[in-house]
Amino acid sequence: MANKRAMGIIFANMHDGFLGELTSHRSLGAVPYGGRYRVIDFSLSNMTNAGIHDVGIITHSNYQSLMDHLGSGREWDLARKWGGLSILPPYAGTTLGFNSGRMESLAGVISYIKRTQAEFVVLSDCDMVANLDLSAIIEEHAQSGADVTIAYRKDYLTGEHKDSTTLVLDGAGRVREVLLNPTHAGTYNVYLNIAVMEKAFLENLVQEMASRNLRSFRRDVLQEGSKFMNIKAVEIHEPCLKIDSIRAYYDANMQMLDPKIRAALFTRDRPIYTRVRDEAPAKYGLNAAACNSLVADGAVIEGRVENCIIFRGAKVRRGSVVKNSVIMEGTIIGEQVSLDCVITDKRVRIQDGRTLMGFHTYPLYIPKESAI
Amino acid sequence: MFRKKEWIAMLLAGGQGSRLYALTQNLAKPAVPFGGKYRIIDFPLSNCVNSGIDTVGVLTQYQPLTLNEYLGTGQPWDLDRIDGGLFVLPPYQTAYGSDWYKGTANAIYQNVRFIDRYDPEYVVILSGDHIYKMDYSKMLAVHKEKGADCTIAVLEVPLEEASRFGIMNARADGTIYEFQEKPKEPKSNLASMGIYIFTWKMLRKYLTEDEADPSSSKDFGKDIIPKMLGDGARMIAYPFDGYWKDVGTIDSLWEANMDLLNPNTSLVLSDPSWKIYARNPVMPPHYVSPEGKVQNSMVAEGCSVYGEVDFSVLFAGVTVEEGAVVRDSIIMPNTTIKAGAKVEYAIVAENTVIGEDATVGCRPESMTDRSSWGIAVVGYNVKVGPKAVIGPKAMVDRDIPGGETDGQ
Repeated sequence: MANKRAMGIIFANMHDGFLGELTSHRSLGAVPYGGRYRVIDFSLSNMTNAGIHDVGIITHSNYQSLMDHLGSGREWDLARKWGGLSILPPYAGTTLGFNSGRMESLAGVISYIKRTQAEFVVLSDCDMVANLDLSAIIEEHAQSGADVTIAYRKDYLTGEHKDSTTLVLDGAGRVREVLLNPTHAGTYNVYLNIAVMEKAFLENLVQEMASRNLRSFRRDVLQEGSKFMNIKAVEIHEPCLKIDSIRAYYDANMQMLDPKIRAALFTRDRPIYTRVRDEAPAKYGLNAAACNSLVADGAVIEGRVENCIIFRGAKVRRGSVVKNSVIMEGTIIGEQVSLDCVITDKRVRIQDGRTLMGFHTYPLYIPKESAI
Repeated sequence: MFRKKEWIAMLLAGGQGSRLYALTQNLAKPAVPFGGKYRIIDFPLSNCVNSGIDTVGVLTQYQPLTLNEYLGTGQPWDLDRIDGGLFVLPPYQTAYGSDWYKGTANAIYQNVRFIDRYDPEYVVILSGDHIYKMDYSKMLAVHKEKGADCTIAVLEVPLEEASRFGIMNARADGTIYEFQEKPKEPKSNLASMGIYIFTWKMLRKYLTEDEADPSSSKDFGKDIIPKMLGDGARMIAYPFDGYWKDVGTIDSLWEANMDLLNPNTSLVLSDPSWKIYARNPVMPPHYVSPEGKVQNSMVAEGCSVYGEVDFSVLFAGVTVEEGAVVRDSIIMPNTTIKAGAKVEYAIVAENTVIGEDATVGCRPESMTDRSSWGIAVVGYNVKVGPKAVIGPKAMVDRDIPGGETDGQ
């Protein structure tokens, strides 16, 4: 079903600072996830599956990897004559920096938004792995007549999250208060960085904020705006795996091993699309063993993998034992290697006989293309 | 206007593949799944693209739905081009009547207008039933160098098997002086691989003459090649020594899949410089559960393995439930092997369900009469009930109720 009524904007860089080396050479959206995906695949597929065929991706920095991944957008069905995928890098001359706010970014692409024919705009970050029915949120927004409709999920926060927005709601689901990064542990209404509004409303908002030199969506629109705007919150029940630290990244990968999480993330009616690499199917050798693991195309397993996410084209040679690890694309693990709680970035080479070990609360990260 | 092309390819994909029985009941042979994520036609198509051919006509006739749907715009093979690309060419009606493709030569003849639009110097004629990786550009170089009218790729086969093939008898310089179709007493062991490069002007003339000949069976092997030889046309044998397999029978299809599991196979699918392209399923990586065991196998995306898999090829979206055993078998896309079922030496087609504790096929060692042993085949969309038994060499194309025995 084509949702000609809505366009999408995805912020690719908003949370880059929280993932350390994983995002030192790529934006969060381009971080590899789950054996064959990038984090942005989920936000993008959610848009496509809601029938949104105009998607703009706002990037600020390190977007080579992202552009390489997205190409023409064809794999998300977004290579279109009308609309389709638009990558929106910063204009020269504007002062957009690494930490610039969403409103400031939107001001920079306002002409793109104005030109696109749509009634509604869906704003989404790509800091989360989730398969969500955005069309239901759009519908909810259209019905309720709210100024802004945002998505939230009831989740437990430890008080250590540095990147969370929580909501206080009234009985009708209207946002009454917005608290950033609460320091006490507890269950909160956590904002999922997905917001829907009328396009005309957004255009006005962007202009108004710009004229007051206000740049932040969370602080200036949600927090301040909740006092005078009708901001409605819609609860999401599907699993949402937020990636706001290396540990959360590791946990989100490990959660893919849970059949319930997989069933929620990969549904028949809302597939998750990604870039195709034309690898041969995964190959298992003599005495190979895989146990509670996800293995992508092009992988070659000759050793033993346990509780692992093995990306496309990764190789585990004979006699090696890899446990509780995330092994990214093209990593080659030699013979008689022992790994536990390790994240290897793309094309890492681990020589024969090495032993590396992290802990599940502190996985060991091996940067891209390093040799050990 | 169409730009002139040096060469284009015509891929004969209309064959039924009747010797694959249940596997080709609903689809043409080139659309038969192969190697975990491919269909047979991916091999010649990828070879074309990797050889630098950007215009391919695919001639379809028998059960074209799956094939048409699979080929689409040709995008997975990079054949969605502004100038040229992939074209599906079915038989058609004309003002003077209509006709099916009566033979391989007639199929090309009916598309002379398509070829003429590109005004090519050379035309590659391919079939959609072989598994191999080959650089046609090297063959074209030989064709040009020798000033040939027709170059035919040949493969050395064991002499005792030569009588199953079309045999090209050639002189030391490669010129063919005789063609023997499935000879009882072969003079050489150079088997035709069904890959031809023709100088288009020459082929066009022979196709036109052949069409006018009422006694002709309109076939390349039976009519065009012998006629050209008889006329003294310059025909060259192009030797090929890589992996090549005709997968036209159940046994050869099974063997070719098993060849992929051999660590020393010469058919390498992971070579980045000669990828075999396919339409990719949109599915997550495959999952092996804590109880699952996978060895010596190929497993595609979207599979879930809770049971045991050994020496097998699992296509995308296959589920092997707890306690189920799959050995020496090929399980095609989206098939489910239910808990406790046992599948050995079998080919199970797409969207099939093998019920709980059912048995399909068996090992040759467990037969008292080895001559009645063979690969068991379960066709498309078939539901095999719980505890049903499908014997070796069985060919099942209908649902089997629980507890029933089929085959043998």
